Amino acid sequence: MAGKAAAVALEGVALRYGPFTAIEFISFDVPQGQFVALVGPTGCGKSSVLNLVAGLVGPSEGEVTTAGRPVTTVNRECAYMFQADALLPWKSALDNVALGPNLRGTSRPGALRLAREWLVRVGLRGFEDRYPHQLSGGQRKRVAMAQALINRLPILLMDEPFSALDAQTRALMEQELLTLWQEQEATVLFVTHDLEEAIALADRVVLFTAGPKAALKGDYAVELPRPRNVVEARFTPGFNDIYEQVWNDLRSEVIASYERQRA
Amino acid sequence: MRRRYLILAIQLVILVGVVLIWELGSRQPTDEEHFLVDPFIWSRPSRIFARVLEWLQDGIILNNVFITLYEALMSFVLGTAAGIAAGFILGRSDFWARVLNPYIQVVNALPRLVFTPIFFLIFGLDANSKIALGFSLVFFIVFFNAFQGVREVDRNVFNNARMLGAGERQMAWHVLLPSALSWILTSLHTSVGFAMVGAVVGEYLGSSRGLGHIIAQSEGNLDATGVWAGLAVLSVVVVMVELLVTQLERRLVRWKPQPAGDLLAA
Ligand SMILES: Nc1ncnc2c1ncn2[C@@H]1O[C@H](COP(=O)(O)OP(=O)(O)OP(=O)(O)O)[C@@H](O)[C@H]1O
Ligand SMILES: [Mg+2]
Repeated sequence: MAGKAAAVALEGVALRYGPFTAIEFISFDVPQGQFVALVGPTGCGKSSVLNLVAGLVGPSEGEVTTAGRPVTTVNRECAYMFQADALLPWKSALDNVALGPNLRGTSRPGALRLAREWLVRVGLRGFEDRYPHQLSGGQRKRVAMAQALINRLPILLMDEPFSALDAQTRALMEQELLTLWQEQEATVLFVTHDLEEAIALADRVVLFTAGPKAALKGDYAVELPRPRNVVEARFTPGFNDIYEQVWNDLRSEVIASYERQRA
Repeated sequence: MRRRYLILAIQLVILVGVVLIWELGSRQPTDEEHFLVDPFIWSRPSRIFARVLEWLQDGIILNNVFITLYEALMSFVLGTAAGIAAGFILGRSDFWARVLNPYIQVVNALPRLVFTPIFFLIFGLDANSKIALGFSLVFFIVFFNAFQGVREVDRNVFNNARMLGAGERQMAWHVLLPSALSWILTSLHTSVGFAMVGAVVGEYLGSSRGLGHIIAQSEGNLDATGVWAGLAVLSVVVVMVELLVTQLERRLVRWKPQPAGDLLAA
């Protein structure tokens, strides 16, 4: 491991929006290929961390590096699945998914063929020609997932990707994500509010304190065996221990966040 | 379905009613010298119709229609292209948008028709001066919409395209242009209408050809029938242009959700 730069590293990063300090001095390293879940109360700065790694915002202090290189502009190493709807409304599902390869120089027929495969993978065969407004919220999320994954980039940023899905579809998508992750050997930063999901999927859970001035509250290794079945993982021994440990820390932060917002 | 027929029937009744009152009222004097509808001003549907037929037979009217359409089309195409270009450039540059803002506001607030004499001086009395007039009308509508479209691109969509790998040019093509177009399309009918206004009014004020010229000439000869016949032809042309624009619109905005207005009316 020595000498090999972490896939993602935050070094004393602070982020201010004007007078408002969203994040104060966060440091953590993510080794190449790790699946990290970011958890914390609403408004603590999880999306902000992803934006920092993506290079969409610059840190007010500190440094963000990916594969040892400082992030100064839009990070071409990252695929980013946004929390909000971000599909291009004027492109069909197929064209939305084909956009990434298209922009990165794949020929149009090649990009379309690839996009078709990906739509099948996320369970949207037959929806190729729908425009985003003709898709359900969950279907849009799945198109967005295909759109982000198709480029096969080394770092994958996902911001609450499955929160709009029903439990069954969600389990399917989670499983698909794990398969793809293992295939692509990507490093994943995965934001979620669902602690069970975080533990079932990730190698590691990073917990933030309530904002403003969010910091790291805890960092927990999830040592459940791989490959995992996301449904069965919840019943394996060890799952509950981690869950309880994280939940105890998270609960106090959620309460703190709630109190602060009411005050 | 029955409602549709009812609407159509009432529309027909209104049309026939107006034409009948117009025709009979201008034929039947109410006393020695008065008419319900003064034929000196309003002419009479049968005469107007006969005049249009006459024009169609000697073929001159088609030439004039084409000239007017040509002027309108050119001013629409040029005004739209320039409006998009300017809207793009200023939409992307906050600095220049601020520098030029007062001038744009002033020129836009001026009634553009007052420039007509200047356009005549610069471009002469033939088609180019009409194109310039139409251009000055179309340009601003398209410009403001393109500007808005570039400014109001959804931030998530913009960032998403950036993350997917879009460079400056690709961003313009895949994100900014479609966003601007969706704004421009909402004003498509207005800008096409203004292109027609530019052509016809330009011809009316000074020209030797075109529909506007025919109307002006008839007016000069105190020939109400000619004026009305010119207007009748103009309406038919405008309706056809509108139908075309609606078709074009349908093709271009397939990706848009239905406006709520349609739901309310349904
Ligand atoms: N552009 C901005 N300007 C000002 N404040 C901002 C901006 N973006 C985010 N913030 C603030 O920064 C804090 C962190 O926001 P962020 O979106 O990262 O939270 P989050 O952890 O993703 O929350 P959630 O779980 O609700 O998505 C919030 O308090 C938010 O109000
Ligand atoms: Mg968020």
